[in-house]
Amino acid sequence: MNGEVKIIRPGIYTSIQDLGRFGFSKYGIPKSGAMDQMSVKLANAILGNDENDAVLEWTMQGPILQFSEQTIIVLTGAEVDAFLNKKKIKKNKQFSVDKNDILELKYCKNNMYGYVGIKNGFKTEITFNSRSFFKGITRLEKLKKGDVVPYQKNENFEEQYASVLRQDYDQNSLVLKAFKGPEFDLLTSSEKESLKNMNFTISNIRSRMAIQLNETIVNKISSMLTSPVLPGTIQLTPSGKLIVLMRDCQTTGGYPRILQLFQEDINNIAQKRTGENIKFKIIT
Amino acid sequence: MKYKLQYKRYAENAILIEWPSEINEILLEDVLFYKKAIEILYDKLIVEVISSYNSLLIYYISAIKDLYSEVLKLKTLYSDNASENAQKKTLWKIPICYSSNLAPDLDEFAQEKSLTIDEVIALHASPIYTVYFIGFLPGFLYLGGLKDELILPRKTTPSLSVEKGSVAIGGSQTGVYPSNSPGGWHVIGKTPLNFFDPKSDDPCFVNPGDKIQFIAIEEKKYNDINMLLKEGVYVIESENV
Repeated sequence: MNGEVKIIRPGIYTSIQDLGRFGFSKYGIPKSGAMDQMSVKLANAILGNDENDAVLEWTMQGPILQFSEQTIIVLTGAEVDAFLNKKKIKKNKQFSVDKNDILELKYCKNNMYGYVGIKNGFKTEITFNSRSFFKGITRLEKLKKGDVVPYQKNENFEEQYASVLRQDYDQNSLVLKAFKGPEFDLLTSSEKESLKNMNFTISNIRSRMAIQLNETIVNKISSMLTSPVLPGTIQLTPSGKLIVLMRDCQTTGGYPRILQLFQEDINNIAQKRTGENIKFKIIT
Repeated sequence: MKYKLQYKRYAENAILIEWPSEINEILLEDVLFYKKAIEILYDKLIVEVISSYNSLLIYYISAIKDLYSEVLKLKTLYSDNASENAQKKTLWKIPICYSSNLAPDLDEFAQEKSLTIDEVIALHASPIYTVYFIGFLPGFLYLGGLKDELILPRKTTPSLSVEKGSVAIGGSQTGVYPSNSPGGWHVIGKTPLNFFDPKSDDPCFVNPGDKIQFIAIEEKKYNDINMLLKEGVYVIESENV
């Protein structure tokens, strides 16, 4: 028997995501996948799912959802006031939902992205081995009011006594670890120093494709040939701005790649809000 | 020909291999030969290889445990193999309708370049272009071989919507938009062909290393081909090269 989640209110940008696409970059297909993959793995671990099972990702403003059949859900990621049939529920803990139950998530209190995990994952269509929404690849780009998302009905709810240990995001941690990018050594020594010592802030130019930082550093690197990039690649634009590529980024780019974020810090920067500070720690 | 390559750690789970910074077909052959060799060495579930003009990015599904021995393994693979006849290549004949009705920038482009429309068509449809790699958008081909006479900087203000199938020129590059997209290139023609099919496991019929020739067609032929494509009976003209 199949259930459906009905989108009563979609929020700002709500989509279905898993850990993304592997093996299709050669066709120019972005990797996509959840912005904060740690939170997805946590949701799936709590539910006893496969770590790549699809979850619902919401951005700042949570959605209102109605469930057509019994199942188990969990909330991870951004801190939010959440109500299941008007009764407040906590994140990082599984809850049983019944037929016609309504889950209402408010505006998030910190971070950017929250996740609703469900027993056995959401069952939207698989395109290139992934359910992650992306325009032109999946039927939908984001969820609208009235859309329905399929899942498997599940009647076996058991209280959990085991717990999953995980470090939560430290809001005060500014430091993001990065490798030197392929064009790092083309920077002058003073530019390298600014990169290591400056505080950068998250700008309001941000999407699932990229996050631009506010500050500029001098850019004297001459133009380069278009080359491969990955989520977490930090490019230096001609105007000296830094652009951090995120999950939906293109597969190739023509700006110098000066840093590459560690995987855990791609999740970390995804959760930072406009105006928040960051610093880079270069690991060699 | 063997090049002096640079190996760089790119991420916990990625290694970048770089050739000299050049665009040429001999170098492309070597890039594609090495790509093929790596794909044969590893299962495609463990490693994916992304190519561009002068580099390969090897992306592993999990973190690389021993970078040194991994790079050594890759270097041995390169030096132990000769790069001739890397792969079968196809010359694809792509029908293009160069008409102002389908190409909003054609008239202005010709004016800017002080050429007649017929001269633009002759210059654009005469070369055999080389496919270097796919990037930017799903199914977007990076082509080499545009005639110098047709080089024109990108528009200062990009168009918000360029239609799928639009054939355009931006700087020294030319290409086909595989989907509707914003874009800053000058649209001079349109092809009815579909360069990206998200319903297929092999979504691009063209591969890096292949050749492309643009064949000028009239608007009637464009509509006829469109019809045949809808009925699923159009076969793209091609030959082995």
